Amino acid sequence: MSKTPEPYCWPHKHLLGLQDLSAEDIRFVLQTAVGFLEVSTRSVKKVPALRGKVVANLFMEDSTRTRSSFTLAASRLSADVIDLSGKGSSISKGETLRDTGRNIEAMGIDAIVCRHPLSGAAVQLSRAVNCSVVNAGDGQHEHPTQGLLDIFTIARQLGRTDFDLTDITVAIVGDITHSRVARSNLYGLLKLGATVVLVGPPTLLPRAFADLGCELSYSLDDVLDRVDVLNMLRIQFERLTSQAFPSVREYATSFGLTTKRLARAKPDVVVMHPGPINRGIELDSQVADGPNSVILSQVSHGLAVRMAVLYLVSGAKHQADLL
Amino acid sequence: MQSLIITGGRVIDPANDLDIKTDVVLDGSKVRHVGKTTAAQRDSAYLYDASGHIVCPGLIDPHVHFREPGQEEKETIATGSAAAVAGGFTSVCCMPNTEPALDDDGRIEFIYTQAQRVDLANVFPVGAITKQRAGEELAEIGLMAAAGAVAFSDDGQAVASAGVCVKALAYIAMTGKVLMQHCEDPELGGGVMNAGAIATRLGLSGWPRVAEEIIIQRDILLNLRQNIGARYHVQHVSSGGSVELLRRARFDLFGQAHITAEASPHHLLLTEKSCIDYDTNFKMNPPLRTKRDIEDLRTGIQDGTITVLATDHAPHTQEEKELEFAAAPYGIIGLETALPLYVQALIETDTVDWPSMLAMMTMNPAKLCGLENKGNLTTKSDADVTIIDPQQEWVIDTNAFASKSRNCPFHNRKVIGQVIATIVGGKVKFNRDPERLSQTDTPIPPQTAAQLTPTIS
Repeated sequence: MSKTPEPYCWPHKHLLGLQDLSAEDIRFVLQTAVGFLEVSTRSVKKVPALRGKVVANLFMEDSTRTRSSFTLAASRLSADVIDLSGKGSSISKGETLRDTGRNIEAMGIDAIVCRHPLSGAAVQLSRAVNCSVVNAGDGQHEHPTQGLLDIFTIARQLGRTDFDLTDITVAIVGDITHSRVARSNLYGLLKLGATVVLVGPPTLLPRAFADLGCELSYSLDDVLDRVDVLNMLRIQFERLTSQAFPSVREYATSFGLTTKRLARAKPDVVVMHPGPINRGIELDSQVADGPNSVILSQVSHGLAVRMAVLYLVSGAKHQADLL
Repeated sequence: MQSLIITGGRVIDPANDLDIKTDVVLDGSKVRHVGKTTAAQRDSAYLYDASGHIVCPGLIDPHVHFREPGQEEKETIATGSAAAVAGGFTSVCCMPNTEPALDDDGRIEFIYTQAQRVDLANVFPVGAITKQRAGEELAEIGLMAAAGAVAFSDDGQAVASAGVCVKALAYIAMTGKVLMQHCEDPELGGGVMNAGAIATRLGLSGWPRVAEEIIIQRDILLNLRQNIGARYHVQHVSSGGSVELLRRARFDLFGQAHITAEASPHHLLLTEKSCIDYDTNFKMNPPLRTKRDIEDLRTGIQDGTITVLATDHAPHTQEEKELEFAAAPYGIIGLETALPLYVQALIETDTVDWPSMLAMMTMNPAKLCGLENKGNLTTKSDADVTIIDPQQEWVIDTNAFASKSRNCPFHNRKVIGQVIATIVGGKVKFNRDPERLSQTDTPIPPQTAAQLTPTIS
């Protein structure tokens, strides 16, 4: 653990999005996660960092992996976890988000992990409560822990232990417009110095994204040979309210990562997917399970990153407090 | 009957091209005369000392939502009327998107009955264009016009079908009333904020300018090419592109003013940037746009493309506005803040002067809605008068509103210009400064929703 003259202090009570973090903040969470990665390799996979604290999972939208990842992360930090899951927006429950948040908080909760189908829900919740709020995905806005774990995976895979991604080009491919994962990745990657190319059909890639500081391309083939990372997004059929492309067959032919396409990419290109995969649409099975794929590392890194996030928002100031 | 003389104010009566320091004499429910009065006249009358203030025809808002019948938890005709007179409005036109919608003559009469019971402001109903505002079949437009509907609108949504709209234009033209269109293509619009980089970043669905412009252009073409010549009014213009379309259409008509448009205060003062914190008080329909649009709207007001200043007073309960941004309802209240906000948007920016601004809040909306004896201080017109202190600095406090709702994004905003008194039909319905009213032998009743309403008869 390095000693600097003026030790960095984690300044955030909530984690609502990567848009709000500085490059230094992002590097600090990721460095913290490096420490937690080691915990999972021990025979006793638990540290007492959050003993006596309570984390509430408030999941208003279906989720299996993100919720279990947060639950496990909190348990490994020795926090108590309660699970409050519902479906839909607060309007369908007849209760406002503010009331939901304040009722949970009244049970003596230290942090709420919130997944919600509508954009901005975590931001609004953070205004209503006094405890910490961690955004586990809100509508089409942000999914900051997914962004962090993707960046963590890219950096480790490419040997950037200082989490500086200068000269690295990342393509994010697929349904950009509906994707909170794409947005969180985009903000984080740009802050760490990477070049980002968003790839998809115009119906899923509005031009407004160009204003956020990235390149846009409607052809996966055009960008294949110059990217270091291919982050293949899931086609979220449940979010497509109107026809976004003529057919699944046409989409897969134009934007699917096939073995043939992979052969034209850089030999050590990193292939990622936030899961769950539509095999045969975004990714051919051979690619998903092949040597370039880091999809399972993403999952295990997710645990370490979420431990780091829960640890930091719960009041830890310095990495040195750890372990 | 004793008369009420408003003395020594700066009388601005745009309909009569008047801007002069003088007195206004009201006799019962009518204006008797504008001009100097003698001591003898003043001795036998109630006096309102308006020195230092502007005296103008009562303000008229052609676009409010009073939520009655059906959504009385948001606003009623009583609380809405109280908000109107507190904001200087003597007449308002309430939109038909109630539950049920105002789509037959019985419901039009109901609005008049309720307004008479309240007896604060004049409330004129706007009838629905289509049955249940569903956009499919014409409502009973003729019967509603006969019952007193002053205009027709499906506000909240456009008449989306071109086929239905062309029928509506032709049929409404027969009545001589105006069709007020909420211009939003339902497939292109429907988003929760302006489309663009900020919506993209926030992950919120966009409502692009073109959804407004395409309906305006369609309706202009229908009206012109089909030679219908209906009176057509664009509600709450939000896009600079719409201003340009309207400017061209009005030019093509050689100044025949049967195509008109209204602005609302929030579209002149706020931009889409306000949405970045997901504060639902900045969620409106049409949405807040950009600085560029604000400039284009101001230019449109300056050059006479936009001739009416409305509020789109749209009350919602606190619990509705506490929902997620995408789930919360559109709209904000505006009656009690419109005057100073228009001062801020138009006078402080040197866009227009007081007489021009007041013309757009009195004479022009009166013409729009066919309110013949309103919007001017001509002898024998209705004795609706608003008294304004143009210098008064104050801070908007939503907790002091007479409206039932509090959904206002201007809380704590510093403004200049305040309504001091509102006189409707010769009676003082709102008076912020009781000392200026002399010879009140009737006691001032306890403070009601409409603060301080001494009755003079």
